[in-house]
Amino acid sequence: MSGHHPHPGPPDSEDGSWTREQLMAAAVEALLVRKRVFTPADVAGALDYWASRTPADGARLIARCWTDDAFAARVMDSVNAGAVELGLDIGHTRVVAVANTPKIHNVLVCTLCSCYPIRLLGDSPGWYKSRAYRSRVVREPRAVLSEFGLDIPDDVDVRVHDSTADLRYIVVPMQPTGTEHLTEQELAGLVTRDCMIGTALPRYIPA
Amino acid sequence: MDSRRHHDMGGLDAGPIDQHEVADEPWHKRVKAVVQLLVRNPDSPMNVDELRRGIEDLPPEDYDRLGYYERWTRSTAAILTEKGVFSEAELDAEMAEIEQRWQRNGPS
Amino acid sequence: MAKEWPIVNRYRVGDPVTVRAHFPSGHARAPFYTRGHSGEVVRVTGPFRNAEERAYGRTGARVPLYRVQIRQRDLWPDYVGSSGDTLVVDLYEHWLEPGDRR
Repeated sequence: MSGHHPHPGPPDSEDGSWTREQLMAAAVEALLVRKRVFTPADVAGALDYWASRTPADGARLIARCWTDDAFAARVMDSVNAGAVELGLDIGHTRVVAVANTPKIHNVLVCTLCSCYPIRLLGDSPGWYKSRAYRSRVVREPRAVLSEFGLDIPDDVDVRVHDSTADLRYIVVPMQPTGTEHLTEQELAGLVTRDCMIGTALPRYIPA
Repeated sequence: MDSRRHHDMGGLDAGPIDQHEVADEPWHKRVKAVVQLLVRNPDSPMNVDELRRGIEDLPPEDYDRLGYYERWTRSTAAILTEKGVFSEAELDAEMAEIEQRWQRNGPS
Repeated sequence: MAKEWPIVNRYRVGDPVTVRAHFPSGHARAPFYTRGHSGEVVRVTGPFRNAEERAYGRTGARVPLYRVQIRQRDLWPDYVGSSGDTLVVDLYEHWLEPGDRR
């Protein structure tokens, strides 16, 4: 990947203005390099690594769960072990799968900060980190899901997971009906980031 | 008194959720890379729980005003100063020097 | 390195528990809205190093972490939704007390 700046700069500040925190970030990075806590190459490597993390990895895992019941069972036991089977490097932070069923819809939040399985799904969306989402989804999940266009029927229980400590979560949505003929890759294409947070469901519209 | 801390917001009233997708700026990505290098290395001077403490200890008005990676930046600077990795004077001097460079050279 | 003693989990899956109504001024991992509320252990994990100690630069004792499921109607008296709606939160053992069997 190209495009790394060898020196920190204010890349988007066309008018020459920048925030104090932006300056502080550049200064902290420069000081850590000078103090030999890490090298510029370490930073470049980390930028590459984190740019490579996307929801596509999580979607692959979900599609495999849909097509392989034994794999799905192993994922319910340990997402980390399932990811290794797919050749994904998601590190040692424990990721727990919570599966939607015809009777339970799961949705994720971290009210205290914004914990998220970034090695499996990439960056969390801005709204996931927002005060409004963090405050409201634990108290009025159905209203929040409605705002996302998801109306959960009364006979389906909503289960909110507040990720407060050492575990991270991924929602395993149900496979949409009428998709049994699709390949694993095509199935993965139905699984969006929000499906794995629980604010959306996979949709299949036949061609 | 049962005091709720500012960051501990679960269940509070809040307005509609802004679902607008905003891409991270390049400097946000650098902050993420730097902080992840620190917190994922067991020998580094800052762990993820210290990072969180530093964010929670921000003044409430700063917590609300600042963006996600700005809060990370403030916390990281505070924790590393507390740990003696660098002094506040060193940080100030470095910021002043970088600001001069940015003013001279403009956006790079 | 000192020998690590085995960790004995105080609670098991299915046990009723109550989140301690404790309000420390420093870094805490039990959300305010759960404190004083009762639920049921649905998964036992860990041990993990106590993040509430690690936040102050200490190594942190190894502590069990429990997934505790609480009924939304027990959390919020005015909850709008189904009676089966629940919330699951991850809590270190020191945040829990034995609860009453329903």
